[in-house]
Amino acid sequence: MSELDRLMRALDERGLDRAVMADTGTAHLMASGQNLLSRREVPGLELDARETGEGIVARIRVARDAHIGQPLHLCFGVLPAEGRQHIDLDLVLEEGATLDIVAHCFFPNAERVEHLMDASVELGPRSRLDYTEAHFHGPHGGISVVPRATVKVGRQAFYRSDFSLTTGRVGRLDIDYEIDVMEDAVTELTARVFGRGSDTLRIRERLVLAGRGARGLIKTRVALADEATAEIIGIGEGNAEGARGHIDCMEIVRDRAVASAQPVVKVTHPLAKITHEAAIGSVAHHQLETLMAHGLSPEQAVDLIVGGLLRRDEAPSVVKLRPAAAAVMAPGRR
Amino acid sequence: MALLEITGLVFRVPARRLLDGIDLSLEGGEIHALVGTNGTGKSTLAYLVMGCEGYRPDRGEIRFDGSRIDGLPLFERARLGISLAWQEPARFEGLSVRDYLSLGRNRADAADCLHRVGLSPADYLERKVDKTLSGGERKRIELASVLALAPRLVILDEPTAGIDLLSIREIINVIGSFKRQGSAVLLITHREEVTRIADRASQLCGGRIVCSGDPGSVAANYMGRACRRCDGMECHDE
Repeated sequence: MSELDRLMRALDERGLDRAVMADTGTAHLMASGQNLLSRREVPGLELDARETGEGIVARIRVARDAHIGQPLHLCFGVLPAEGRQHIDLDLVLEEGATLDIVAHCFFPNAERVEHLMDASVELGPRSRLDYTEAHFHGPHGGISVVPRATVKVGRQAFYRSDFSLTTGRVGRLDIDYEIDVMEDAVTELTARVFGRGSDTLRIRERLVLAGRGARGLIKTRVALADEATAEIIGIGEGNAEGARGHIDCMEIVRDRAVASAQPVVKVTHPLAKITHEAAIGSVAHHQLETLMAHGLSPEQAVDLIVGGLLRRDEAPSVVKLRPAAAAVMAPGRR
Repeated sequence: MALLEITGLVFRVPARRLLDGIDLSLEGGEIHALVGTNGTGKSTLAYLVMGCEGYRPDRGEIRFDGSRIDGLPLFERARLGISLAWQEPARFEGLSVRDYLSLGRNRADAADCLHRVGLSPADYLERKVDKTLSGGERKRIELASVLALAPRLVILDEPTAGIDLLSIREIINVIGSFKRQGSAVLLITHREEVTRIADRASQLCGGRIVCSGDPGSVAANYMGRACRRCDGMECHDE
């Protein structure tokens, strides 16, 4: 069976429709380990990718005012127990362009695997990028996932990112994102991770609201069990008039797991505002009893609470914050 | 045989008896209102019947359908058919109203239950039971979820607290619909007009039942500061 077939099978096993990769109207990029397996461009979206020996370099550019109707699928993975994958991604959305990206990352057998991502993303004025990345890991935890990204969100652009790693063992996760948000642009970053065993998580996200009226949200949802550890660092900077930001971190800790959260807030303009909230603890007792009064066992209740915490919002989070935070983030609010 | 039979119930915290010899019984399909000022033990009694953590009787018995339940954990009591609609129900990130109304052994139509508490299914079924709901909305959804369970005994802890005045009649109708579907209701309330829907009522003061009987006379006793135990001094010390 070829590597491509194996990656397709991994898609199947996760209930994803492999036909999407054969659809000529849908762009994709597929890589297994350091090998580039398949790529497709669509009108308005240029996708250049090559193997370098050190990894895979991909350049993606969406033309000015192009609206890419179908999501670009990125399918990455290391399917054997050992291996390395390094993706160097350069993504540009020109002014007024829109794109959804769905990234599927498969490491089902990892025992000694490294997955490195270095991404540079530039969103032109009035462009819109919705990026969803879902990881599917195996039971061993022998994997190191190290994504790095620098993102520039241009004037009146919208950037939404949703990272999830809730299936299988995390292994080692070390996220480091830097996002600059320009005038009247909006950014939402969500990370949802479930750490088990001896998994270690470090998530550092720095959101710089550089432009007048820029708005941003960093939302982190982490559940930890066994001896897993997590260090969450959310940094929000408000450097211009009307900049509004919010950092929202919630972690549920069970067993002997250890979690820390460090919201860092910095404001350099008197008319900018950044707020934060962080909650770390075991499952709330009142939540447990409310569910048990419906007949759920304690185990079922905990699973439901953790599952809800890690579930993806279907609508942008800006409108789902509690009223005070939502008011801060509301469009046009200065 | 009564559905719920409480006899000689005593519950202490350090240096204080919160409940001091409670005797109370409920028949199937009966609504029994509990009135009394804050701190008289109404919610404590509710938590003891439901089996919440930290609430185990120091003395006395709680029987449900003839069997003692005071040693059972909360969820086992729920599985016997007891449920509690909390005064301040918890919120759950990521859990939709539709899912919440389908918890447990629920077989009822979620949309119908929402409709019965005055909420539009089209507007609410896909919303999350989280902090985006107002207190009143969350309260109605809790009532809808308990309706959906069709419990044999439901404890309603201040079901009209946080509900706007114009909607109190709707909530009273919901309480009535528990009775119509055959559930017994232990109704904790401060509102005289809510008490009127009950078949019987009891007034609590200082952890004791000081007056029992028809709801009108118990409410009048309560509102008239006519507590025989404390001459109204404790009953109305808010």
